[in-house]
Order: sequence, then C-alpha cells, then structure tokens
Amino acid sequence: MAERLKVHVDPDKCQGHARCKALAPELFELDEYGNAHEAGDGTVPPGLEGKAWLAKSNCPEIAIDVIEE
Amino acid sequence: MSDVSQPAAHPPVTDWVNDFDHTDPQWTDDPFPIWEELRAASPVVHTERFLGCYMPTTYEAVREIANDTEHFSSRRIIVRDVRPEVARNAAPPITSDPPVHKPAKQLLLPPFTPDAMKKLEPRMRAICNELIDGFITDGKVDAAARYSKYIPVQAIAHMLGIPESDSDLFINWIHMILELGIKDENKLLQAVQEMSDYFRAQIEERRSKPTDDLISYLMNAKDKEGQPLEESHVLGSLRLLLIAGIDTTWSAIGSSLWHLARTPADRERLIAEPGLIPIAVEELLRAYSPVTMAREVVKETTISGCPVKAGNMVLLSFPAANRDPKMFPDADKVVIDRRENRHAAFGLGIHRCVGSNLARMEMQVALEEWLKRIPDFRLDPAGTVTWSQGTVRGPRQLPFLLGKAM
Repeated sequence: MAERLKVHVDPDKCQGHARCKALAPELFELDEYGNAHEAGDGTVPPGLEGKAWLAKSNCPEIAIDVIEE
Repeated sequence: MSDVSQPAAHPPVTDWVNDFDHTDPQWTDDPFPIWEELRAASPVVHTERFLGCYMPTTYEAVREIANDTEHFSSRRIIVRDVRPEVARNAAPPITSDPPVHKPAKQLLLPPFTPDAMKKLEPRMRAICNELIDGFITDGKVDAAARYSKYIPVQAIAHMLGIPESDSDLFINWIHMILELGIKDENKLLQAVQEMSDYFRAQIEERRSKPTDDLISYLMNAKDKEGQPLEESHVLGSLRLLLIAGIDTTWSAIGSSLWHLARTPADRERLIAEPGLIPIAVEELLRAYSPVTMAREVVKETTISGCPVKAGNMVLLSFPAANRDPKMFPDADKVVIDRRENRHAAFGLGIHRCVGSNLARMEMQVALEEWLKRIPDFRLDPAGTVTWSQGTVRGPRQLPFLLGKAM
C-alpha cells in the first residue's frame, strides 16, 4: 500500500511567495497577508502526491515539509 | 551636506574578481560570464569601488545574507558611489530592519495577495491589448519602449489611483533614482523630491475626497498602537510602491520577449501549450532575474567562510544566485518547463518582494496576450538591443520585426 503523505508549512519560514498555492491549490491556503498554511490537517488525497512534492521543491524559503506516514 | 559635485566616471574594469563594477558596460551588456568568473573565484568577492562592496556569488551565500538581518541592514538598498545620511522612512518596509519591518510589511501585503491580483487581471489584459493595437500593423516595433515599459507602470498607477497618463513622468523618476542616482546624488534627490511633492498633492486631494485606492488605504492605515501612520511613512511607502512597481516588471517582460524572439522553439511551444506559460514565467524569472538588491554590513561576520567587515555594502545579486549551477542543473540554459525551480528572483527572507504576485500576473498576461496576437517576431538586425544599468536589469530598446520572416 502506498504511503500516506502530509504537507506542513513552517509559519516562521514562510514569506508568502505563494508558489505552493499556485502549484497545489488543493493542498495549501493563504491567509489575509498571502502567507501559506496547509489545507485542513495537511493530508494529501490520493493522486495529489506529485503536487505535494512539487510544492516542496519550489518553495524558495524551504518552508514546506512532506511527511511520509 | 551631500556631495553636489559632478558624478565621477568609473575606470573600465580589467580585474573582475578584485575590482568588479556592476555599472561597467561589459557587465550591463552581458553579466553572465562575469558572474561565472566571480563564482569560480570565491563565494564572496570584494571591490574597493562604491566605498567598499562585497558580492555573494552563490545561491547559498545570497540566502545566508538575505536571512541575516543582524549583520546586514536594509537601511541602504542601492549600491552607490556615495553614502549620504540615511533618510528616515526612506521607503518602508524595504528600507526597514526588524523589529519595525514586520508591521510596515503587513500593512502592504493584503492588497497584493494572489486573489487581489485576480481582480486586476481583466484591466491588465485590456492594457496589453490597447498597447498592441498601437503598433501591430506597423510590421516592426521597439517592444521595450512601446509594450513592456507601459504594462507595469499603468498597473501600479491604477492601484495607486494616480493617472496612467502620467506614466512617462514616473518612468523618468525611476530612471533618475535607480540608474543615474548610482553616480549622481543630485539626480536622485531631485526625483525623490518631485515624487514626494506629487504624492503630497494626491494625499491633500483625498483628505476632502477619499478614494478606494492604495493612497487612501495607506492614509487610513493604523500602526500597531492604533495610531495613523506618520506622513513620512505614508510617503515612503508610496514612493516604494511606485519605484518597485515599474522597471522591475518592465524588465522581466522585456527579457522574456527578448528570449522568445531569439528562441523560436520555446515560442512555438508556448503558443501550442499556453498552459505552460506560468511555469515558463518562473524559468524566465530565474534566468533573467531583473532585481539586484543591496545590504549594508553593520557587524563583522563570515559568509560561506569569507569574512565581511562592517561599513561595506553588499551587492545582493539574486540574478547571480539564480545562475548557480550547484542549485540549478543547466543553470545557464533556459528550460521553459523546468519543474523544480526554487529561484530567488523576488528575494529571500523577510524582504520578499511585496509585489511578486502582481509581477507574476503581469508577466503571464503580457506574454499570453502578445503570443495570441503576435505569434511570429524576431530581433530586427538593423536595430540594437540596449540594457539598463545597475539595480534593475532589462532591455530598454528591443527592436523587433513582426510577422513571419520573408
């Protein structure tokens, strides 16, 4: 069985580049300042694993973790 | 008192590693091989020019400096020949250090979120098409002077609620501040003064007739004690929005068109797959990043093992970081479908460009509308491409022939 993934944005590192939201809009949300946080509890629905890794590898602040559970 | 003498001409560079100069014509025309030479020499190089200045050459060194607000101050953000006294509220928050930086930045963030930019998109498409209407039947055009130049200036004028028809006035101030001002203190002071007077008059008008633009927004903003902002803060932030909103994106759009004019395969691919344009925009931002910021070393430290001394400036070259092969495979190539692209074109750390979402939207729309209506174009061999100098890099003359080559 495939591993379950979760995404997490470190709020201290995020500077609001919003790349994650652009690349994986299902997995991230932006606050009123445009800073990102994971949608819900960060669980990545099946089929969106690639988007999770893409968001991580495009964050200029290295603020995103993809956790394999 | 500031030095009012005539600006000094800089001797041409013969030793790039120990005596670099980002205003040298060789750098202005083609900086890429120079950055490679500097990077091969050291992660941090130094020049005695500009009263002492370092330049980090690697992505890692740039990141270290951008994230270190203890040793590197943003009170000066342009590397220049002179270091006059620092003006209070010069252009907050870009000229602010912690702890005053954060509240000043938070004021400006809400109007520039991706959602806010979506609302502006139809106006941007109209602006691009109005500009294209002006030259499409001519068969040739200077795409910098008649297209890329006017897109961002009209967008920021629209957001600030100042007349788009004053665009040439704004563009001239930016040229005086960011290019001529490197070597000529008087030009910079004159432009800052004119810009401040202009905004003071706009503020005065809004006292009796409030509007729903960014000027009124800042006039009504409260600081964290619930007090209105000082007028100098409002003026400083307005100057920042105008200065930062113009030739940065103008340059990015121009460089992108320059690339597409010279690279038919990329152009054809984007026409066939317009959905790729947002990804391509990121790569064009990486490869032709327009903005180089500066910091001032305020406390001795080391960067990537290199000691740096207080009192020197730092040429914080995000463009050079974006060409670091350790960070980006094939860093010297434009790979328009590059998927992993942690580029630093909008800066890193707390000073991340507040207008990055606006710039991205403008670039995407400008390329989409251009490619829809002008799928075929190339450099005009009878003309010359020229590049700006200093803080922002982009084409200032971009002569194109439109239509299929005969």
